Amino acid sequence: MKILVCISHVPDTTSKINFSDNDSQFDSNGVQFVINPNDEFGLTRAIWFQEQQAATVTVANVGGPETEPTLRKALAIGANDAIRINANPTDSFFVAKQLAEVIKNGGYDLVIAGKESLDYNGGMVPGMIAGILGYNFLNSCTNIVVDGTTVKAIREIDGGKESVSTTLPLIIGGQKGIVEEKDLKIPNMRGIMTARSKPLTVVEPVDVSINTKSVKFEKPAPKSAVKLVAPDNLDELINLLHNEAKVI
Amino acid sequence: MSILIYAESAEGKFKKVAFELASYAKKVAESIGTTVTAVTINTNDVSELSKYGVDKVLKVTNEKLSGFSAKAYADVIKQAAQKESSKIILLSSTTDSIYLSPLVAVSLEAGFASNVVGLPTSNSPFQVRRNAFSNKAFNITEIETDIKVLGLAKNSYGIFENASTLTEEEFNPTIGENDFGIKVESVEKGSGKVSIADADIVVSGGRGLKGPENWAMIEELASVLGAATACSKPVSDLDWRPHSEHVGQTGKPVAANLYIAIGISGAIQHIAGINSSKVKLVINIDPEAPFFKVADYGVVGDAFDVVPRLIEKLKAFKASQS
Repeated sequence: MKILVCISHVPDTTSKINFSDNDSQFDSNGVQFVINPNDEFGLTRAIWFQEQQAATVTVANVGGPETEPTLRKALAIGANDAIRINANPTDSFFVAKQLAEVIKNGGYDLVIAGKESLDYNGGMVPGMIAGILGYNFLNSCTNIVVDGTTVKAIREIDGGKESVSTTLPLIIGGQKGIVEEKDLKIPNMRGIMTARSKPLTVVEPVDVSINTKSVKFEKPAPKSAVKLVAPDNLDELINLLHNEAKVI
Repeated sequence: MSILIYAESAEGKFKKVAFELASYAKKVAESIGTTVTAVTINTNDVSELSKYGVDKVLKVTNEKLSGFSAKAYADVIKQAAQKESSKIILLSSTTDSIYLSPLVAVSLEAGFASNVVGLPTSNSPFQVRRNAFSNKAFNITEIETDIKVLGLAKNSYGIFENASTLTEEEFNPTIGENDFGIKVESVEKGSGKVSIADADIVVSGGRGLKGPENWAMIEELASVLGAATACSKPVSDLDWRPHSEHVGQTGKPVAANLYIAIGISGAIQHIAGINSSKVKLVINIDPEAPFFKVADYGVVGDAFDVVPRLIEKLKAFKASQS
């Protein structure tokens, strides 16, 4: 089984979010970038398939050379090789088109992407890839078992879960549950050393029509300070929730 | 040219998001001089949509669509959009709609903006405001394509009555066998309880509650308020509560009207997941808990003292209201 894991290179959750060039660009100064957490769950599951079912695992990312440390980290965790599509990821459709091209050319059986990225939280890319390629698609996937070309999986739904069956080729939007947090792999020294010599191929992007563009960023208005209510004055709390906030 | 919404229902009844979409679509339709059409799937009584400004309903009734299939449902919405020559298609942010939206957008060659909050900031060029960076910023996105798909963030606009005269039309889109590549084998749903996704109020407990045996008061508080129960990540990692209750960045997102955090210190990953909630109430014994910085209301006190008294007072309050 050939698996492609789509990797987003995103600011760590604890990063301060700032913008430059009249609020038109994300300011990456001093920002620590990581593998998008939803993608990391998917990558870990892919490595499990590699170890248990002799799958090969390729990781791919759309981004400039500055994103290569993130791909190297994925290699250190255990991916066999990496592909960087050398382009600025301008919008979800652009990214989906580039990844779809890689998937088509590489003949991947299973494509694992995170259900959403931490930066734009769009949640659009995996579904768009499926739409472009016409492959089976399962979003919010919390478990996947593959036997030959038969797949059994679980999708999280509002208020519960759904068990589904399908066949490869398949694209999934993965999230926590596909592996648990305790199963995430921290690269060891040997992994880091071997990652340096694993193949990282750079490919040029295909032309894509511009569907959407980012105009600018805004920050939310500063929050007013918390209103503290004394523990012996809960009537006042109920009064505030009812009459001021109007939420009860 | 009508604006199209997909009005979701569950067990034959519209979800609240259907009315939020209708309210939003009506407002946009008025500003550009058009009407609102809703497509519904296996919903018998659609009259309620007229309260919120829907002018026309395309009613799809089809046994094959009795269970959710993202591809088949996306196909229905696409065909409805083509029938109405819709340029704007508005979808919600339920788990199912997030799943099908990109399929709709690709099939219509439409630009797609998800996580939209608030009305378009400009109709021409067409620009919308979206949540980004886990609600730490907004992004203004311009959609360049002729057909536009918008995913409205949950609970971000509100429900507004605006009565209209509704016409109903039976609609029979073509559903192909290849729409069912994913087969649903079984569905497990917690019964009787409010789900985190649907709840107006969410009551959440953290490690400050010391052990799973102390959750009775969380459940009772939730039941008094008609709320869903949730928990922080350490609590679900310790198996004090089921994983399905974990809210936060890697858990479920919460966009409730009121989020009550009890004994949760407020790690940044937790805040990222619940920040879209309108009002946050924090009850914590530690006045230095970071959660107080993002809270609207706070009580610095021992949960084991505060919560039982709050339950009694809320019961009295609810009784006085009814």
